[in-house]
Amino acid sequence: MAAKLEVAANHQSYTRSIPGIRTEGLRVSYAGQAVLKGITLEAHQGEILSIIGPAGAGKTTYLRCLNRMLDMDPDWKISGSVLLHDQPVYAREIPVATLRRKVGMVFSVPITLPMSIYENLTFGMTMTRNGRNDRAAKIERALRQAYLWDEVKDRMQEPAGNLSGGQQQRLCLARALTLEPAVLLLDEPCSGLDPISTRRIEEALQQLKDSLTIVLVTNNVKQAARASDRTAFFLFGELIEVQDTEILFTTPGKKETADYISGRFG
Amino acid sequence: MHAMHTGKFSRADFTGGTLRGLTGFACVIIIAIVAVIVGNIVYHGIGNLSWEFLSEPPRKHFTEGGIFPAIFGTAALVILMTIAVIPLGVATAIYMHEYASKRSRVVHLVRLAIQNLAGVPAIVFGLFGVGFFIEFVGRGLDRGLYGGALVYGQPAILWAALTMALLTLPTVVVATEEALRAIPQGYREVAYSLGATKWQMIRKVVLPQAAGGILTGGILAVSRGSGEVAPVMFTGAAYALPDLPSRLNDQFMELGYHVYVMSTQAFDVEATKPALYSTVLVLLLLTFSLNFTAIMIRARIRRRLRNGR
Repeated sequence: MAAKLEVAANHQSYTRSIPGIRTEGLRVSYAGQAVLKGITLEAHQGEILSIIGPAGAGKTTYLRCLNRMLDMDPDWKISGSVLLHDQPVYAREIPVATLRRKVGMVFSVPITLPMSIYENLTFGMTMTRNGRNDRAAKIERALRQAYLWDEVKDRMQEPAGNLSGGQQQRLCLARALTLEPAVLLLDEPCSGLDPISTRRIEEALQQLKDSLTIVLVTNNVKQAARASDRTAFFLFGELIEVQDTEILFTTPGKKETADYISGRFG
Repeated sequence: MHAMHTGKFSRADFTGGTLRGLTGFACVIIIAIVAVIVGNIVYHGIGNLSWEFLSEPPRKHFTEGGIFPAIFGTAALVILMTIAVIPLGVATAIYMHEYASKRSRVVHLVRLAIQNLAGVPAIVFGLFGVGFFIEFVGRGLDRGLYGGALVYGQPAILWAALTMALLTLPTVVVATEEALRAIPQGYREVAYSLGATKWQMIRKVVLPQAAGGILTGGILAVSRGSGEVAPVMFTGAAYALPDLPSRLNDQFMELGYHVYVMSTQAFDVEATKPALYSTVLVLLLLTFSLNFTAIMIRARIRRRLRNGR
């Protein structure tokens, strides 16, 4: 008992290590091909962890393991563990829909559902009974967090497709935030966006990170350097290194990392 | 150079020109056939077409009066058929596309069954309807519920509609599957990422998006069903009836069967000809307009499929 308390106390003293989402020895293969080769990595609460690496490194696959988006296709085989707040997310007792409400996701292209802006925002909330309470307040909060409130507050009944690409992606962000998730996964969220929209999203993430754990997969090395607290570098399904962003970009520990961030390959 | 080419009529030129002529002639034949059929029916049928013809029952061995009972019976038949075929067809397509895994043997088997079903001649469906629905199900119901009295064990609009539903099932399944394929995978992922269960995803995203395709399938099924004769001639269609069908186990008159009756079974076939032409015209207008509507909806879905991804 005493030992346990001590561990807890140690845990608290190191503020960065409030558990967020963690993988231990995560191995993933698709139709027999290894995609991730044993990834042990943690994103803490209150930080933005970015994942960089060339195409085919397994960044998106890693992200999709965290909210079990790979479950749909039986060709994916997953071993190792994924822990959300120290609870295994692949445990049978956690319904996958409940998990996905806690672990929100924004995709690489803005996918608004073919409905009104309002219906897009309420979509997640209407999936559960309690989710339907004080919708208006949750919507306003999420839209403000995504820096979109002023632009859409008078256009709620318009089709979401009427918005610009950047606005649609912020709507997707707000839509994920309406569920008040503990973790937010972003899969190259700015890949198709102009610099101003990109900056808006990055600003929003900076405001959000205090209350959530954010994992940001990006093909844009500069974005990782700008927007994240720590950066993980993936290569061919392996985690080469993970460091505080400043350290990784100034004094990378591995040659591959240095080569990649200086643009020598990838 | 120029003179050399034009000066001599080469063998290649001759063969090319002949083939062009022959293939073109094949196309002309098709257009001519359609023009003759439609033109002939419109020419002979339009004169007799009137409100009375559409709203009155036949009189004097079909030579006078109209075809209202046949129109009513056909409508009742296709409504009942739709009620049966849409849920069954849509459920099948949803299972195959949304629930079953990609390499499922069951899906392969179902797809094979549906393809075969689409190739079965209509008359075989008619006989199947007699054997299965009337003799087996109907008689079974009569023995179990009515002490052997003849209630359901005889030709009836219910059995005709169910037989027709089997005939049109492939149409609905294929159209629904096509509509499901047209829905971007991203929509499904978004729904899942927002905490939807599979059924919620299907109900809130997939079904509303597929509604147009399901409608197309339904219209094509109705169009096919309203023109078929063979499946209903043993299972429920009647030569002539004094009353409109009012219960599920009543017999009914049907347009296609009425055409058959007037042209071959009437007391005086020659005398029924004006009414016959008009009935065929009504039948054609009905199926053409249904097909046209379905084609328009389908074109819209295909456009979305091309632009959507």
